[in-house]
Amino acid sequence: MSLFFIVALPFFGALLPGLMNPAGRSACAGVTFTVSLAAFIGLLTNLPTVLAGEVVMARVDWMPVLGLNFTLMLDGLGFFFALLILGIGLLIIAYARHYLSRDDNMGQFFTYLLLFQGAMVGIVLSDNILLLLIFWELTSLSSFLLIGYWKHLPEGRQGARMALTVTGMGGLAMIGGMLILGQIVGSYDLSVILQNRELIQADPLYVPALILILLGCFTKSAQFPFHFWLPHAMAAPTPVSAYLHSATMVKAGIFLMARMWPVLSGTTEWFVIVTTAGLITMVLGAIIALFKHDLKALLAFSTVSHLGLITMLLGTGTAFGAMAAMFHILNHATFKAALFMSAGIVDHETHTRDIRRLGGLRTLMPITFVIVVLAALSMAGIPLLNGFLSKEMMLEEATHTVLFDVPWLVPALATFGSVFSAAYCFRLIGHTFFGPVRDDYPSKPHDPGFGLWGPPALLVVPVVAIGVAPFLAEPFVKMVTASVLGGEAEVPKAYFKIWHGLVPALFLSVVAVVGGFVLLAIFNPALRLWDRAPRPEAKIIFEALVEAVAGLARRLILPLHNGAFSRYAAIGSVVIVVLGFHAWSTGTVGPATRVMQDVTPVSVAGWAMLVAATIGMVFLHRNRFLSLILIGIVGLMVSIGFVFFSAPDLAMTQFTVEVVTIILLLLALNFLPNHTPVESTVLRRVRDAAIALFGGLATFGLAYHYLLRDAVTGPISEFHLANSYKGGGGTNVVNVILVDFRGFDTYGEIIVLGIAALLIYALTETLLGGPVRARLLNRTPDVARAGDAHPMMMVVLTRVIMPVVLMVGFYIFLRGHNEPGGGFIAGLIVSIGVVMQYMASGFSWASARLRYPYHGVIGAGVLIAGLTGIGSWFVGKPFLTSDFTYVRIPPFNEFELATAALFDLGVFLAVVGAVMLSLESFSRLARRAHVPDSEHPMDIDPSRDDDPVPGTPAAQGGL
Amino acid sequence: MELLVASAIGILTAGGLYLLLRLRTFPVILGISLLTYAVNVFLFASGRLTIGAPPILRDDITRYADPLPQALVLTAIVISFGMTAVVVMIGLGAYLGSDDDHVDDQPEADADTSEGRP
Repeated sequence: MSLFFIVALPFFGALLPGLMNPAGRSACAGVTFTVSLAAFIGLLTNLPTVLAGEVVMARVDWMPVLGLNFTLMLDGLGFFFALLILGIGLLIIAYARHYLSRDDNMGQFFTYLLLFQGAMVGIVLSDNILLLLIFWELTSLSSFLLIGYWKHLPEGRQGARMALTVTGMGGLAMIGGMLILGQIVGSYDLSVILQNRELIQADPLYVPALILILLGCFTKSAQFPFHFWLPHAMAAPTPVSAYLHSATMVKAGIFLMARMWPVLSGTTEWFVIVTTAGLITMVLGAIIALFKHDLKALLAFSTVSHLGLITMLLGTGTAFGAMAAMFHILNHATFKAALFMSAGIVDHETHTRDIRRLGGLRTLMPITFVIVVLAALSMAGIPLLNGFLSKEMMLEEATHTVLFDVPWLVPALATFGSVFSAAYCFRLIGHTFFGPVRDDYPSKPHDPGFGLWGPPALLVVPVVAIGVAPFLAEPFVKMVTASVLGGEAEVPKAYFKIWHGLVPALFLSVVAVVGGFVLLAIFNPALRLWDRAPRPEAKIIFEALVEAVAGLARRLILPLHNGAFSRYAAIGSVVIVVLGFHAWSTGTVGPATRVMQDVTPVSVAGWAMLVAATIGMVFLHRNRFLSLILIGIVGLMVSIGFVFFSAPDLAMTQFTVEVVTIILLLLALNFLPNHTPVESTVLRRVRDAAIALFGGLATFGLAYHYLLRDAVTGPISEFHLANSYKGGGGTNVVNVILVDFRGFDTYGEIIVLGIAALLIYALTETLLGGPVRARLLNRTPDVARAGDAHPMMMVVLTRVIMPVVLMVGFYIFLRGHNEPGGGFIAGLIVSIGVVMQYMASGFSWASARLRYPYHGVIGAGVLIAGLTGIGSWFVGKPFLTSDFTYVRIPPFNEFELATAALFDLGVFLAVVGAVMLSLESFSRLARRAHVPDSEHPMDIDPSRDDDPVPGTPAAQGGL
Repeated sequence: MELLVASAIGILTAGGLYLLLRLRTFPVILGISLLTYAVNVFLFASGRLTIGAPPILRDDITRYADPLPQALVLTAIVISFGMTAVVVMIGLGAYLGSDDDHVDDQPEADADTSEGRP
């Protein structure tokens, strides 16, 4: 299967669980499982090629100018990680189906899980480091959603935030490192970067790039000093912990270090930073893990410790270290995921994860017991289990590693860590399963169904199989190692064996196991010592740090940004004017190249009306109805101005928009006060007037200035004028630009308009569904209403006018391509015609006769426009390429048929739907409780017998 | 003629800005509308002013007004209606929900004394 499909499957599959939610929990898990399984099988189909040592590539140029290409690559390393991600993912999905309770929204969970899975697969298959970064950030985001999945738990939310902050910051650092790396090599393709070891390591920017990339890896893989987020992320549901925090996400940092190993490793900087960080993490994690009482916290810190171990192995920079690291990744993923799932089972059955409240579960939960014992002993490094093999390889490597010129440092610390590691494994088994059976478990424990213990049991199979027969894993691990080394070093010849003879590593292993037993024997005194020792609490430090940064930001921002809109408006206006003035005074201004055109008396009259209306608005704005009339005059004058300056389309649009805007504002005034009280001080008004005058003067200066000068370069409109008829088949250039040259813009614009209308509808719904509803229903109008809100004359008139309006709209629509008109204007005209029916005959009468909901009209418009655009794909042209032809059907004259007209129809419908949905939403607010809805268009109708409802004004609050 | 248009833009902007700085939602919405006119006319005028030459292609005519700013402004007008409607709705919702149509948060305790201060 193509690599694209493997990456894309989880992302597209993420749409399904949400859709399957109503079909039940099993359907939801089933569809998720199927998607993962398909990707898994797709991955396996590439196995023969990978085994043959070849690299599978898939490439699509995305933004070649930026070096960002959608390039995927599958080699041994990528295959190994993808196998872990998808394989363990399958088990986790099966486990989560039985783990999550009925109250959990399963569709949501699996959607997040699939998003995460896709992002992880994307990371390990990316060949382009920029693409890798995108997937990297996606894992941070999707893991945030997963960790915080139980939104009602504060620890979940805090843990999710902490994880996102730490890994997000690391990701940010890594972006910097990757960009430097790309700059050094001159390509962002991994396959190219990996060939340039000498070039990169000789570059002066090598160290900054290394540190930045390592920051990303260390934060993701919870290496010291960024290890603290991982235990807090354990507030997530257990399947998430098992998946993200044992097998996959925390291994992403390790993966990247392995991926970059051929070019970054081998230097002193790499060795010192990576080995030291790994070693500290390993020891620290193991010590803390021993003293944790929460099963999951214990496992979390043990994961930290094991990640440190792997990091240390990669840090050594030797081929053997890399091979041990790869082997341990495999082993750790199997036994740790099994342990996490078992911890989840214990939690699920006993309702506690506190080791102090457990014990004696051996006889109550025999199956879980066996699973935990095998997995934990493997983790402790007991022979015949897979953990022993890689741990011994680690100790072997440690004895050859010399850090800070102290030969015993690394082996000693590694053994010290292993002692604690063995101790917490024994404690996990001993304190949970051995000991007397208690009678105070929060819930009576017993083994769960197969659905819960099946997945960890399956994982224990390789734990034992590899442990008994190491040669099974050997070819695979060596193949993965080969692709990590990338030809920079030979794959070690060493065979995977249980018995190597009496080598130092064996003695160290024995020391670790015996030490672990001793430590467990003296656990109680050790715990008292530990509890008394002062320790820094990472969470408190982290929160103090975040609070300090947030406090600094607040101090910087709040004086400017205090939530007062008028302050923003004032500051914004002043800043814009000042910047403009700065540009003006420091730039050069050319001489005027255009002659001022003569003024006609008519234009002066129009100008005078516009200016008078504007000034009137400023002085009379407290009377809101009056200012509505004045703004109507302004709009009218602007429309006339458009006519005068050769823009008939604009004039028609402005005029019709003006009508609907005024209706809208009138509707709003139905609820708002009719009068604006005097509140601001004189000083403030003077200040505002000064700002306004400055702003006005500035725009006047700018406009006047450029109106007298020609454009610096010839406008691109020449092209539009020249090609409008030839290419677009229309003589109205403005319309051809809208539906053809810039059709994509228009398409976006009708979508925006539709969204705005839907937003208004949603806000109305919210208002009507909330406490405001009662107030709206019971309000009394503050001015007396007309006795007859729906007079017969108006009803009859609008009814007669309606067909005429529709015909005019139709005419305007059809002529649009060649004469002023088109979808926008026709849509507005038809809307006005429909609104008139609402106004004249009342809301309930009109909406009862509404055949199609306005949402549907908007949707139909956008769909028609979109489908028209897609249509051009079928003839091999880009989206929205238009075509036209001339046909002749006798007895008509020859006329033109253009696909652009179909697109314009979409525009028309979207405009009608959007305008009507907005206005209708407003008028829905206007219905009142004590005014009954009338199904009749007229309140007083002589042909009807019934009387108007006595005691109320016959008027209704409708439109 | 250029002077008339430029001054109209300036006056519309000044009026719009003044109303934008008011304290209640309705005048602010009117201010935004006035600013919208100013911006639309400004953008339209960036094609320079042409009288009596609409961009409708005719044989034997070569002088046309610049059609591109017209097309852009046409959609801007329609969109600005959508935006006005949303803003009105938000203002209305805020007023209905809290019985207060101030655009800025009002201090809780001494609303009377501090009003009008920036």
